[in-house]
Amino acid sequence: MASHNSNQTITKRMKILVCISHVPDTTSKINFTEGDTKFDTNGVQFVINPNDEFGLTRAMWFKEKQGASVTVVTVGGADTEPTLRKALAIGADDAIRVDAHPTDGFFVAKQLANVATQGNYDLIIGGRESIDYNGGMVPGMLATLIGANFVNTCISVEVEGNEATAIREIDGGKETIKTTLPLVLGGQKGLVEEKDLRIPNMRGIMMARKKALNVMPAVESAQPTAATAFSKPAPKGDVKLVSPENLDELIDLLHNEAKVI
Amino acid sequence: MSVLVYTESENGTFKKTAFEVAAYAREIANTMGTSVTAVAINAEDASALADYGVDKTLMVASDKLEKFNAKAYSDVIAQAAKKEDSQVVVISSSANAKYLAPILAVNLEAGYAPNVVALPESTSPFKVKRTAFTNKAFNHTEITTEVKLIGLSKNSFGVKEAQGAGATEDFTPELSADDFGAEVTAVDKVTGKVTIADAEIVVSAGRGLKGPENWGMVEDLADVLGAATACSKPVSDLGWRPHGEHVGQTGKPVASNLYIAIGISGAIQHLAGINASKTKVVINNDPEAPFFKAADYGVVGDAFEVVPQLIEKLKAFKANNA
Ligand SMILES: Cc1cc2nc3c(=O)[nH]c(=O)nc-3n(C[C@H](O)[C@H](O)[C@H](O)COP(=O)(O)OP(=O)(O)OC[C@H]3O[C@@H](n4cnc5c(N)ncnc54)[C@H](O)[C@@H]3O)c2cc1C
Ligand SMILES: Nc1ncnc2c1ncn2[C@@H]1O[C@H](COP(=O)(O)O)[C@@H](O)[C@H]1O
Repeated sequence: MASHNSNQTITKRMKILVCISHVPDTTSKINFTEGDTKFDTNGVQFVINPNDEFGLTRAMWFKEKQGASVTVVTVGGADTEPTLRKALAIGADDAIRVDAHPTDGFFVAKQLANVATQGNYDLIIGGRESIDYNGGMVPGMLATLIGANFVNTCISVEVEGNEATAIREIDGGKETIKTTLPLVLGGQKGLVEEKDLRIPNMRGIMMARKKALNVMPAVESAQPTAATAFSKPAPKGDVKLVSPENLDELIDLLHNEAKVI
Repeated sequence: MSVLVYTESENGTFKKTAFEVAAYAREIANTMGTSVTAVAINAEDASALADYGVDKTLMVASDKLEKFNAKAYSDVIAQAAKKEDSQVVVISSSANAKYLAPILAVNLEAGYAPNVVALPESTSPFKVKRTAFTNKAFNHTEITTEVKLIGLSKNSFGVKEAQGAGATEDFTPELSADDFGAEVTAVDKVTGKVTIADAEIVVSAGRGLKGPENWGMVEDLADVLGAATACSKPVSDLGWRPHGEHVGQTGKPVASNLYIAIGISGAIQHLAGINASKTKVVINNDPEAPFFKAADYGVVGDAFEVVPQLIEKLKAFKANNA
């Protein structure tokens, strides 16, 4: 051992797991097939869930500034692999795909709990919610299943040794939370800013091809809920236009017709 | 057996959503032929709940629970549910309720349906209608577990009066150090301002306003209406307004009675997040702006002319209707 660094504290390399949900692009038209029981993927572009992209980018910061390792994971079929490759191209070190169709939030949390336990991660970053299922439940369930601390709607996180400071968005403001690792986050914009998001470059894409994408079998799980059918909101009636010269009419409509003022 | 409802309070006073979830729980209890029990944490007086169908309130008083703590609060609700042998537990869609819900679901081994917008379609099997694809669709969900956890979308049922027995009972849950692994050390909350989550009316503005210096009229309009202020995503990304005001698919959801959009084009990601609002008004100088297709009422005009006039007219209207 060289003596010159003997008084340096040896910090453990933080292991981060980022949970990636593979979702239809925000501009997608939402349609259903098979008697309104299945989402129609025809012509739909899939992307990394926006909330997860903020989390992944924050994980890259921990990698670059604090030497953390970053694994990305998704529970999904082989069709989700391009989304994982994109996360690798952005800079994650390796990827795991749990080979199962995500049927229910608890089922997904159970799969992720298995991955988390096996990999012994210090920080697990998920999103506040997926934009397709809108469950807002997977990270919280995962944290509870593995006995980790949990911060939802997280807009900032710092880690120092075993201690973490997170900021959470609340109704009408924010609050600071002190906690310890292992920690699970339900993240969103604020973890990093929009301008910090990265578009994979050529080098990243080339390197991603060589990175490991491990496929794991699913573990047994209860499935407490099931989507039996989907439906769409009734089409909207036409807008009632009011002349800018006649705003009293607008007030009258809001008061007497809509009854909202 | 009773239906359990978590009635949220702030500084000892129930939030309006507490009455909505209570009334909703009452309806389910009627269908199932049972009673409604509320669990209230550090609430001063539970008598108001009787008017929304609550038969009994478990009153929890604890200094340890003074600040919200998702794990500890979910532990309290889980213990209440077990004590009452509840098969249905109803909570709101507030940020805090959404935080504690997944923890509670695992603790109770309950199937959890968030963003529920109507009474159950049936109670046996237990089926509910909830929003999915960020308000672009509904997901009809069957909950198959013995205990069911329902997160009710704000404003989807309404605050409906119904008579309940209104009894109260002190309830002392067991809390362990484990419940406090994450601790709130500071709260930074704007006081004296309506929050987007609680607001009946939200006044929102977009890039059409040209710059942050022009937000005075937005705030004035919000003041006249007792409304919260919000903005589109680019406005917060540009730093014109705080991030907390960003609404839409990647921002806060809005489910107000009235949503007024000024100088917002109506991009699909914006609409997805505000579509749950009941009445939508758009003010935009471009008649082709997509927002007009999503709105109930529209004014094609220059915001810098329309909004100041609207403020004056609303002031007169308020003065006459006070
Ligand atoms: C993944 C993803 C997620 C997103 N999430 C969100 C989200 O959560 N929320 C969100 O808002 N956006 C979101 N967006 C961005 C969205 O696509 C739009 O870019 C954004 O909503 C546009 O904001 P805006 O309407 O303020 O600005 P613009 O599109 O620039 O529209 C400005 C409007 O103001 C009008 N205008 C101009 N001058 C005047 C005047 N004098 N008087 C009246 N009207 C005037 C114009 O006609 C125009 O319609 C997201 C985008 C992506 C890709
Ligand atoms: N199939 C999945 N695979 C991996 N992570 C997921 C999956 N589904 C959801 N998540 C994570 O859980 C978060 C919340 O999802 P949800 O509970 O569906 O709203 C997402 O933002 C992801 O981080």
